[in-house]
Amino acid sequence: MIDLGKYAGTVLAAYGVSLLLLVGIVWQSWAANARARRELEKYEKNG
Amino acid sequence: MSIWEYANPVKFMRVSGAVLPWLVIAAAVCTIGGIAWGFLTPEDYKQGSTVKIVFLHVPAAMMAINIWVMMLIASLIWLIRRHHVSALAAKAAAPVGAVMTLIALATGAIWGQPMWGTWWEWDPRLTSFLILLLFYIGYIALWSAIEDADSAADLTGVLCLVGSVFALLSRYAVLFWNQGLHQGASLSVAPGERMSEVYRYPLYLSMLGFLLLFLVLVLVRTRTEIRRRRLAALQAREMRA
Repeated sequence: MIDLGKYAGTVLAAYGVSLLLLVGIVWQSWAANARARRELEKYEKNG
Repeated sequence: MSIWEYANPVKFMRVSGAVLPWLVIAAAVCTIGGIAWGFLTPEDYKQGSTVKIVFLHVPAAMMAINIWVMMLIASLIWLIRRHHVSALAAKAAAPVGAVMTLIALATGAIWGQPMWGTWWEWDPRLTSFLILLLFYIGYIALWSAIEDADSAADLTGVLCLVGSVFALLSRYAVLFWNQGLHQGASLSVAPGERMSEVYRYPLYLSMLGFLLLFLVLVLVRTRTEIRRRRLAALQAREMRA
């Protein structure tokens, strides 16, 4: 286990917030793209 | 063959679709590798373990400014040559830029508290970054507020030109106003000021990772915008028929 010393809370908070935001934007981008592709395919199929 | 051929949505979709899987792998390896390597670096004699925050803070701040520059170039291409893909790429990049600016500000505040004794200071660089975030939010809001896509692209293009002043200020604020808490460039080439290799190499990897991650996200989001635009065009055609 890595010992972060007296700044453990600071370092973990910085990594936690950043990873949350990065995962959030990746997930949102992928989900929106999948939804747009599905809707377009459905429309092109059904006319 | 001209670079403008890629402004054709069909060609853009074909080329980006072929490139994306490789880019995703490279971005994942570099981003996860850079952040993990940075987290495992030893403590700094002055800053302790808070030095590990540099592997998130610096790449995010670098991308926050560079994404706005990319949006500026894409907006200029739209305003001058009227290529729709470039306007959509600028639109697609904005939320990613906002997130990068938010990461830079949040990690800066978290880092600043133990090092400077304050979460926030109206320092030139910090303030210009906050204004940059507001510009990102304003840019995204303006795209959503205008129904006509071409008018939205025109107006957001102009906003992007204005915001570029603050993107530049964010980069050079420390040099313009030689005051405030924030230090100058983290990666200096001047002798004696160079960051130790122990920190420099993971930082380079993390910066590359953030750049590749941005490229992946902007391609995915531009593809989303093109599909939405096509669906809207098909629906409008059916309404007219």
